[in-house]
Amino acid sequence: MTTTTTGLRAVPAVGTAHTRVEGRDKVTGAARYAAEIPFTELAHGWLVLSTVTRGRISSVEDAPVLAMPGVLAVLHHGNAPRVDTDYVGMLGMPPDPTIAVFQHDRVPHAGWPVALVVAETSEQAREAAEALVVHYEEEAHDVTFAKEHPDAYSIPGPGGPAVTEKGDLEAELAASPVTVDAVYTTPEEHHNSMEPHAATALWDGGRLEVVDSNQGTIWVAAELASLFSLDPASVHVRSEHVGGGFGSKGVRAHQVAAVMAATVLSRPVRVVMTRRQMFSLAGYRSPTTQRVRLGADAEGRLRALEHSCLSLTSTVHEFIESGAGVARVMYDAPAHHTANRVVRLDVPSPTFMRAPGEAPGSFALESALDELAEKLGIDPIELRTRNEPAVGPVSGLPFSTRNLPACFEEGARRFGWADRDPRPGLRREGRWLIGTGTAAASFFVGAMPSTAAATAEADGTFTVRINAADIGTGARTALTLIAADALEVPTDRVRVRIGDSDFGPAMIAGGSMGTRSWAWAVTAAAGELRERLALSDTIPPEGITVRSDTTAAVGALAQKERHSFGAQFAEVAVDVSTGEVRVRRMLGVFAAGRIINPLTARGQFTGGMIWGISMALHEEAVRDRNTGALYGADLAGYHVASNADVPLVEADWVDDTDPDDPVGIKGIGEIGIVGAAAAIANAVWHATGVRHRDLPIRPDRVITAGPHV
Amino acid sequence: MATAPPSTYSAVTLNINGEKHTLTVDHRTTLLDALRERLDMTGTKKGCDQGQCGACTVLLDKRRAVACLQLAVAAEGREITTIEGVAEGDQLHAVQQAFLDLDGYQCGYCTPGQICSAVAVIEEHAAGWPSAVTDDVRPEAGPPPLTPDEIRERMSGNLCRCGAYVSIVQAVARAAEADAAARADRAEQGTEHEGAAA
Repeated sequence: MTTTTTGLRAVPAVGTAHTRVEGRDKVTGAARYAAEIPFTELAHGWLVLSTVTRGRISSVEDAPVLAMPGVLAVLHHGNAPRVDTDYVGMLGMPPDPTIAVFQHDRVPHAGWPVALVVAETSEQAREAAEALVVHYEEEAHDVTFAKEHPDAYSIPGPGGPAVTEKGDLEAELAASPVTVDAVYTTPEEHHNSMEPHAATALWDGGRLEVVDSNQGTIWVAAELASLFSLDPASVHVRSEHVGGGFGSKGVRAHQVAAVMAATVLSRPVRVVMTRRQMFSLAGYRSPTTQRVRLGADAEGRLRALEHSCLSLTSTVHEFIESGAGVARVMYDAPAHHTANRVVRLDVPSPTFMRAPGEAPGSFALESALDELAEKLGIDPIELRTRNEPAVGPVSGLPFSTRNLPACFEEGARRFGWADRDPRPGLRREGRWLIGTGTAAASFFVGAMPSTAAATAEADGTFTVRINAADIGTGARTALTLIAADALEVPTDRVRVRIGDSDFGPAMIAGGSMGTRSWAWAVTAAAGELRERLALSDTIPPEGITVRSDTTAAVGALAQKERHSFGAQFAEVAVDVSTGEVRVRRMLGVFAAGRIINPLTARGQFTGGMIWGISMALHEEAVRDRNTGALYGADLAGYHVASNADVPLVEADWVDDTDPDDPVGIKGIGEIGIVGAAAAIANAVWHATGVRHRDLPIRPDRVITAGPHV
Repeated sequence: MATAPPSTYSAVTLNINGEKHTLTVDHRTTLLDALRERLDMTGTKKGCDQGQCGACTVLLDKRRAVACLQLAVAAEGREITTIEGVAEGDQLHAVQQAFLDLDGYQCGYCTPGQICSAVAVIEEHAAGWPSAVTDDVRPEAGPPPLTPDEIRERMSGNLCRCGAYVSIVQAVARAAEADAAARADRAEQGTEHEGAAA
C-alpha cells in the first residue's frame, strides 16, 4: 500500500507549450512504427496489382512462382479464404469492396489487388510477385472525369444531404445587379503519408494479433472481425506510432491480405504497401468540378448563392467528396442552393482526405467571393463581414461560436492588409509580379462517444488508457496535459497509453474529432479518479482504476452549428514568363476552440496551410485515359511541397472556447488547409490580373494565361 | 554439415555507428533493408524505397546518402552513421535537441532522415559548400550565411508530408548556431593551446 497525492499544482498544463512526450524516441529513431516490430518466423507478403483497368482474371500462373526460392504461398481469388462484406462499419458505411481481396475474378480498376505472394524474405517476395504472370480478359473502361457527365447522380455524404434548396435562384440572380458565374476544378490528390501502410498479422493462442499503422485500432479490429466472422474480442490490433494518415489509414487491402496469409501459413506475415501501390490502394481525394453562382446587391449582400460539386467514385464503392457543403455554413442568401453529385468510373475508390469536402469546396467558394468583391469594388474582408450569417444558412440553428470576424480583424492587422491596393498587377519586383489574397476557412466540429480508464498506480504515478491514435497530431501529449489537469498533478506523473484495441471503444483520429472526443473521456475518468482519491489516502498494489464512457454526455449535446473558423492570408510572387509561382508568406488566424498545447497546435495549423500551398501549386495525379492508370505514381511524378517550396508560414488563434465541451476543444487537424488554396489563387489574381480556376496553378497555366492588367 | 550459402549471397562487414556487423546478405538487399530487416536498426525509415523522399537518409563517410539506393554489399568499407549513432550516449546531438524543443516534426517518420540530413548540412555548410540558392559561389567567398532560404534549399531532399518545414528550418538554424559557436570555441582554445605550446 502506498499513499498518493493530487491537487498539489496550481498552474494548469493545458495552454502551455509542452514538447511531445514521445519526442525523444522520435528524434533518436527508437520509436518503432508498424513494420518495425520484430517477430520470429516472420514471412513477407508482396501484393500483386492488376495491370488492366477493367476485365476478368482468366488465370493466375502461380506454379512457376511457387517453385521460386523462399516462396511460401500465392494467394489469389482461386484459393484465398472467403470473407464476409455484408456489414456496416464503424463509420456507418458498408466496407469498400477493395478491402475484400481475392474474392472473385473481376477487375474494376487499375491497380486492383489480384494476388499476394508470401516468401521468407522481402527480396524473394518482391521478385516472385514481379514474376507472377496473370492473364486477363480485358474490357473497355471509362476513367474520364469531365466537367459534366450524363451518369452523375446525387447522394448524401459526410457533409450532410445531397441537395439543399431554398428560394428562387434564377429570380434572385436576375434581380442581382452584380453576379459571378464560374466553374472551378481541383485534381485527384493523394494523401501520401510518409510511412507506407504496413500490417503484420499472426494467430497467438486463438487470438488474431495485428500490428498496424492506422487511425483507429478499434475501427480496424471491428472490421477485421466482421470480415473474418470472428468474435470481436478475439481480434487485437495495436498501432503505437503512426507515420501520418490524413484519412487514408483505415481498413485497407494489406491488413486483410496479411490476415489471410497468417491464417493459411500459421505464422506471422507482414504486408507493406510500396509507395506506388499506395496510389491505387490507399484511397485519394476525388477530383472535383464545381460551379458557383453568386448574386449580390450593390452593397455586396448576397441575394443568390449556388454551389454544386461533381466528384467521382469507383464502380464498387460509393464515396462522395461533398465540396458544396461548405456553402451551407459560410454564407446565407434568400436563394441558396447546394448540390453534391458523383459519377462512377473505372477508378480506385476515393476516400476521406484532410478536410474532405471543405478543402476543394472552399477553393471554389472563396475564389468566387473574391471575384464578387472585385466586381463590386468592395474589400474582400468587408464583403465577408457583410455576409456573416446570424444562424446556420441551411439549418437555421445557432452557431456554438462563430468568431470569423475576429480572425479577419487580427489577421488583417498582422498581415498589413490595410496597406493593400486592391487593384491587380501593380506591384512588381524585378521579374516578379507580387500580389496578396485572403480567404475564409471553416471546418465541422464534432465529438463521438469514447471510453477511457484512469489508474492511480501504487508508485504514485497515473496511467491513462484510451484507444486514441497519434498520427502526428500531438494527441498523446495533449491528452497527457488534459489528464494532468483533471488529476491536478504534474504532467511527469501521468503516462498516457494509446493505440490498442483492448483499451475499448473510442473515436478514431479523424474528422478533427479525435482529441476532443478522447479528451472528454479522459477528463471524465481522471476527474472521477481524483475525487475517489480525495476520499482515500492509500492505493492498493493493483492501483485504483476509474473508467468513463461519454456516450450519454455526447448524445445529450444540443443541436447547434458547430464549426471552427479561420482567416487565411497569402502573398505570392509570379513570374509570368517562366510560369513560376512562389508563396512568399502566409498567415492563418483561427478560432478553433481552446488550444491545448500551443507548440504542437501551431504545427497542426501550419501543416494544414502547407498542404494548401501544395494543393494550390503542386499536387495533381493525372490518369491516362488509355491505360486507366496514373502517370508517375510516385513522389517524383506526384510532387508534394518540399522545404524549398515553403516560406515562413505563421499561424495564430483568437480566444474561442467551445461552451459545450468540458475542455473547450473544437478540433484543429483539418481547418489549416481550408481556404488556403483560395487565398493563394486570389493572391495570384492580385499579382497578375488572371483568375486561375483550375488547380494546381501550374507553370504552363500561368504562362498560357499571361498577365491581364 | 552446413551447406555453403548460395552464390547470390555474400558475407559483408558493415561499419555502422563505429561498430562492425558481419552478416550474410542477399545481393539484392539494400543497405536500408539490411539495417531494418537484418540488424533490427529500424530508426532509418522506408518512405518510398526509390530515392525520392529522403526518409532513409544516412551518412556514408559523413556525406548524405539514401540507404534505399545503396546495396548492402557495396557499403562495405564505408563509415555508416544512422540515426541511432547521432547522439553521444544519452546526450542528444544539438540537431536532435532542437527538433525536440522546437517541434520540428509531427508524425516523426521522416524525422531520422531529416536529422541525419541536417547534421550533414551543417558540416557541408561549414566546409564552404554552396547550394543552388547561394549568391556568391566563388571558392574564396567562404560559407554563405546560413539563411532560412539556404536551409530550405539544402533540406529539400527530405520530404515531410505533415508539413513541419517551418519548425524544421528553425531547428536546423538553432543547431547550426550552436555548432558555429562550438567551432569558434574550439578554434579559440586551439589558438590558446598553440600559444601555450610556443
